[in-house]
Amino acid sequence: MKRINRNYKVRNFHQAKWDEPIIFELSKKGERGVLVPQAEEKIVALVGDGVSKIPQGMFRKELPKLPEISQPRVLRHYMRLSQMTLGADVNVEIGQGTCTVKYSPKVNEQLGKMPEMTEVHPLQHESTVQGILEIMYKTELCMREISGMDRFTFQPGGGSQAIMTMAAVVRAYHKANGNADKKDEIITTIYSHPSDAAAPALMGYKIIYIHPDENGYPDFEAFKEAVSERTAAFIVANPEDTGVYNKRVQEFTRMVHEKGGLCCYDQANANGLLGVTRAREAGFDMCHFNLHKTFSTPHGCGGPATGAMGVTKQLEKFMPAPLIDFDGEKYFLNEDITNNPYTIGKVRAFNGVAPVVMKTYAWIMNLGAEGLYEAAKIAVLNNNYLFKKLMALDCVDAPYIKGKQRIEQVRYTLEKLTEDTGIKTEDIQRRMMDFGMHYWCSHHPYYVPEPMTLEPTETPSKEDLDEYIATLEHIFKEAYETPEKFKNAPYCSSCHRVDESGMDDPNEWAISWRSYLKKSIAE
Amino acid sequence: MKKLGLIINPIAGMGGRVGLKGTDGVVDQAIKLGALPQAPNRTEMSLKVLSDLKEKIEIVTCSGDMGENEAKKCGFKTRVVLEIKNRNTNQQDTIIAAKKLLEEDVDLLLFAGGDGTARDIYEAVGDKMTVVGIPAGVKIHSAVYASSPQKAGDLAVLYLQDNVPKVQEVEVMDIDEEAFRNGIVKTRLYGYLKIPYEKRFLQGKKSGSVMSDQAAQRAIGFDIVDNMEKNVYYIIGPGSTTRPIMEILEIPFTLLGVDLVYNKKLVKKDLTEKELLGEIENRPVKLVVTPIGGQGYIFGRGNQQISPDVIRKVGKKNIIVVATKQKLSSLEGRPFLVDTGDERLDEELRGYIRVTSGYKELVMYKVNA
Amino acid sequence: MSIQGFKSHPYIPNSVLEVQQEMLKEIGLNSLEELHAEVPEEIKLKENMNFPKPFKSEYALKRHVEGLLKKNKTCNDNISFLGAGCWQHYVPAICDEINSRGEFLTAYGGEPYNDFGRFQSLFEYQSLVAELVDMDVVNVPTMDGAQAAATAIRMAGRITGRNEILVPKAMDEEKHLIIKNYCEPDLTLIKVDYDMKTGQLDLEDLKKKISEKTAAVFFENPSFLGFIEEHGQEISDIAHDVGALSVVGVDPSSLGVLTPPSGYGADIISGDLQPLGMHMNYGGGQSGFMATRDEEKFVMEFPSRLFGIAPTSAEGEYGFGDVAYDRTSFGHHRHEGKEYVGTQTALWGITAGVYLATMGPAGMFELGQTIMQKSQYAIKRLNEIKGVKGSLFDAVNFKEFIVNFDGTKKTVKEINRMLRERNIFGGKDLTKDFPELGESALYCVTEVHMKEDIDKLIVAIEECVKA
Repeated sequence: MKRINRNYKVRNFHQAKWDEPIIFELSKKGERGVLVPQAEEKIVALVGDGVSKIPQGMFRKELPKLPEISQPRVLRHYMRLSQMTLGADVNVEIGQGTCTVKYSPKVNEQLGKMPEMTEVHPLQHESTVQGILEIMYKTELCMREISGMDRFTFQPGGGSQAIMTMAAVVRAYHKANGNADKKDEIITTIYSHPSDAAAPALMGYKIIYIHPDENGYPDFEAFKEAVSERTAAFIVANPEDTGVYNKRVQEFTRMVHEKGGLCCYDQANANGLLGVTRAREAGFDMCHFNLHKTFSTPHGCGGPATGAMGVTKQLEKFMPAPLIDFDGEKYFLNEDITNNPYTIGKVRAFNGVAPVVMKTYAWIMNLGAEGLYEAAKIAVLNNNYLFKKLMALDCVDAPYIKGKQRIEQVRYTLEKLTEDTGIKTEDIQRRMMDFGMHYWCSHHPYYVPEPMTLEPTETPSKEDLDEYIATLEHIFKEAYETPEKFKNAPYCSSCHRVDESGMDDPNEWAISWRSYLKKSIAE
Repeated sequence: MKKLGLIINPIAGMGGRVGLKGTDGVVDQAIKLGALPQAPNRTEMSLKVLSDLKEKIEIVTCSGDMGENEAKKCGFKTRVVLEIKNRNTNQQDTIIAAKKLLEEDVDLLLFAGGDGTARDIYEAVGDKMTVVGIPAGVKIHSAVYASSPQKAGDLAVLYLQDNVPKVQEVEVMDIDEEAFRNGIVKTRLYGYLKIPYEKRFLQGKKSGSVMSDQAAQRAIGFDIVDNMEKNVYYIIGPGSTTRPIMEILEIPFTLLGVDLVYNKKLVKKDLTEKELLGEIENRPVKLVVTPIGGQGYIFGRGNQQISPDVIRKVGKKNIIVVATKQKLSSLEGRPFLVDTGDERLDEELRGYIRVTSGYKELVMYKVNA
Repeated sequence: MSIQGFKSHPYIPNSVLEVQQEMLKEIGLNSLEELHAEVPEEIKLKENMNFPKPFKSEYALKRHVEGLLKKNKTCNDNISFLGAGCWQHYVPAICDEINSRGEFLTAYGGEPYNDFGRFQSLFEYQSLVAELVDMDVVNVPTMDGAQAAATAIRMAGRITGRNEILVPKAMDEEKHLIIKNYCEPDLTLIKVDYDMKTGQLDLEDLKKKISEKTAAVFFENPSFLGFIEEHGQEISDIAHDVGALSVVGVDPSSLGVLTPPSGYGADIISGDLQPLGMHMNYGGGQSGFMATRDEEKFVMEFPSRLFGIAPTSAEGEYGFGDVAYDRTSFGHHRHEGKEYVGTQTALWGITAGVYLATMGPAGMFELGQTIMQKSQYAIKRLNEIKGVKGSLFDAVNFKEFIVNFDGTKKTVKEINRMLRERNIFGGKDLTKDFPELGESALYCVTEVHMKEDIDKLIVAIEECVKA
């Protein structure tokens, strides 16, 4: 028999393509997906049909126009849609820089399915929820140790909500000191996450952005000019999304403190720093971690998630209520915190997304302090390996300081490739899909021309990294040799190039199926 | 059938290869030095992209090198509406041709050239026509030009295929070529041309805050208007970034001139330096300016009315610089520049300033003399 | 520092020493310690973090966490009558099946080319909820119902350019606090009284407090206290008369039987998707939605992502993308701070879609009907107990109702304690947030409550009252 040739570096990929109808097109009058538990005969005998009591005008005369579909067909539909989704369980997840997509252990998912997790109501008496309270409390202890902060809340449902919570604490702090009117400016940097500006803006603050200097560090001279008596807080990521770590961070935080401002650390990029350095030593008063990023809980297509937010002792009284405490015998929701007049109140319903905290706990207990440190080290190793290999390619560069390590991600530029070939970063993005890979450019505004942001985390193996590099190389070569290939890419995806022309046009956009039916014209 | 206007400035780009910075006024010299036409070739590259629409469009153009030859060579249905006798065409030819195509009511005007050509087109059609520029000149400052000839073709295709084509206004910039050849860069904003709105391709949309440049300009306008102090004069410098201030106040304005506002009412528009000095004498005054052109000049380019005397009267702390983040990012990290003509003043203006980039949003930015 | 990591940790392939060495060599380093050269020594940790020792096998870890979780008591093993924003409903098995799929579970922010299925399923979710609320535009889910309400209210503030919001006094205090956090300092929340007899919004008080400054009247239907607000249209009219918007919070599980707010003048609808296929998860199943008409002025104010359907370059193929992606900060001035959209609760959106597609119109009607019948039955039976009022307000309820114990000389706290001893979780104690209602608790009855469950409650309360 002939030996099958597997001697190629670039994967011969094709995504599933099911060509599924929209769910409404599957509707067949009379089909049922599930039967609802009915009221028993005795109940009906006593109260009747229940709905004729509904006050006039409030009874829905026409049933909602939901589709009528049998259960196997609904299942098949969604199974097929899932197959057309490139989750991290399926692909080598390097290309969603800043998102820290790492392996989400399956055992944690199993634990999350226990009825002791799923079938628990958030208002149950604390004596009946000792398990989850204990987990949350112990996870908090770990968070304290990782950051050096003194108290944590798991209420915020994601990074942006955690930043909003920090901004609310800033507001409450200055209000308590009688400085609310005087302190109306928050300083951030252009390479911090956009939420670092948007969330405090929601709280009414004026935002001042700092640009990087020629080495990619936040421009210290500009910062000095920006800090004043009006400075309420400094909210910043470090490393920023460029992967550059600001070595002078202590000088920044010190200067803000001298003017009576607070320092908030956006630790969305914490993955490369676990066990290496902490918020407290860098001089921050607050920080947050995205548990769905750094602590491995799955991203779920964009949530549910948690932004664990921590503060130093002096800010504890401003925290959202309630906090979780342990009195030596039992775990409890701390009412003292709830009842104090300084608390910012609440930011999310109940006590946050408990299963995410539980999975975080399981991840930490699987790795321990040494394992977390190892994860950070390997994430940085993987990143700098990728960095070295990619920088060796002619058409790839990374702005700012040369010859130094980056932390756990790098924002590269393909400017030269574009100049040479006319192929832009978004063309590369579409083409990468033909090999089963993600590729993310960056946030607007594009300060880095033709950006490409990669963050390998500790999850991929060297072989995975090499495959990603080989694929990029292959595609860059195509850009020089057969640029026309990019025009209609991707070819091996579940879908072809989307015609976005109607997306900004109120006459053409269709945000629901009913709207599509109204607006589209059959030919 | 859609009508596509085509104007080629056949001599555009000839200066570059022979070391002349532009072709304005030096065509003969360029030809003597052995310059070859660039524009026809680049036009063909664009037209190739349009070849799918061959059956659906008619090219309306001028004779010979100004369009006819290339259009026919690429196999388009071609109608010549203007005979150009000159072998070496000049500025006037471009203007006459554009006016002719305006009369012909073409759906879109595709033209090849450089900054000088864009200026001529602007002079001829203003905002009455949508255009796409094929970059073929030595100097390309105007955003009217697509980033490559193919891209110009892509834009034209998108525009012509759309049932409700959308447009955006972009700056027509040019530098003084005489000065440029002597190593001095002076850019001027000449006005605005309408180009097809470039539909985005799907990209990097993890999260949702992209502000279109126009929306950002408007947000800046609201920030300035909401914070306008009573009984203070506001000098509003030229440019599209400052325009929304006047639009929000619903008062008349000049796009390229300097206007004066007091208590949200117009005092006078298009003031000269002298008029400005007269109006602001001994009065509290603030000055709103935006960097002009790709080089990042905040003073000394395109707003010479705001002279060293005016700036001194206003005082450094009363200068409000406005710029969208997109505009800032186009500087790629280069600082703002000042060239007021008064070196001591330039020196005083150096350092960091707060730039209003949105509503309640500022950027610390460096100024160099 | 002599910290050693694991050798060959299962989650970290490159913890294999040989591979590590090879990679380090490639980048010109000798050891992992030489990484992080950019972090100043003075802020580096000098010793290992102080954590409990990790578990040495997946089995040991699982056993440990299971052990902790088993200390929880569940609403399966007890009978629960808790609601108040998180409700026990039946979750069809198919919902869990789909949201456990690794592809959905571990996807994130890819493009439609990578995550076609994610885009289609979220577009379908939007479309299904659109039918439920009878409006054309629904967003990709937010954090929870409270945030959805806050966002809807901020949208109203921006649309009207006004800064006062009227909210019902009969609302969840926690929700009120969350909304407040999102609205300060731009918007002021003013509470409108309720009728002590019926619970209905006090229309006289509403008229007194509404003015040209009012951006929106926010009310809930069914209300937090469980009754059906009968004057939806009147409230909307009063709002519209002064140029304010009508913003209505709704429980989606009621919409098989109750008129959707779009039917009585709502301009923006908000709510929580948790009843539509999400387990309670100790509060982790919450997920917010908003809906509006398809008008530019509304669509442009959504801070959330909105997925739209579009053609692709292939004939007959559906494609998806972001609608009006640039809209986030369009032209806004006084209340211009739009929330930023980051990671929220997309997986629950997909699940809600699966739920609605499975239930269909008949399922949603039957759900509403069953809930009404069972809760009416519970109220009737509770009324039979001496000293207990099955429903304090003289109004029709959906799913939740106030049980008052004033006549029993017992506190809610005492009764709930005694019920717990009988494996029953009594309703939410209202005495702190609604002292004017006396010893009252908010009870919740859904389709999961069988007659025998309710009967057990009746017997137990009778015992408690007598005790």
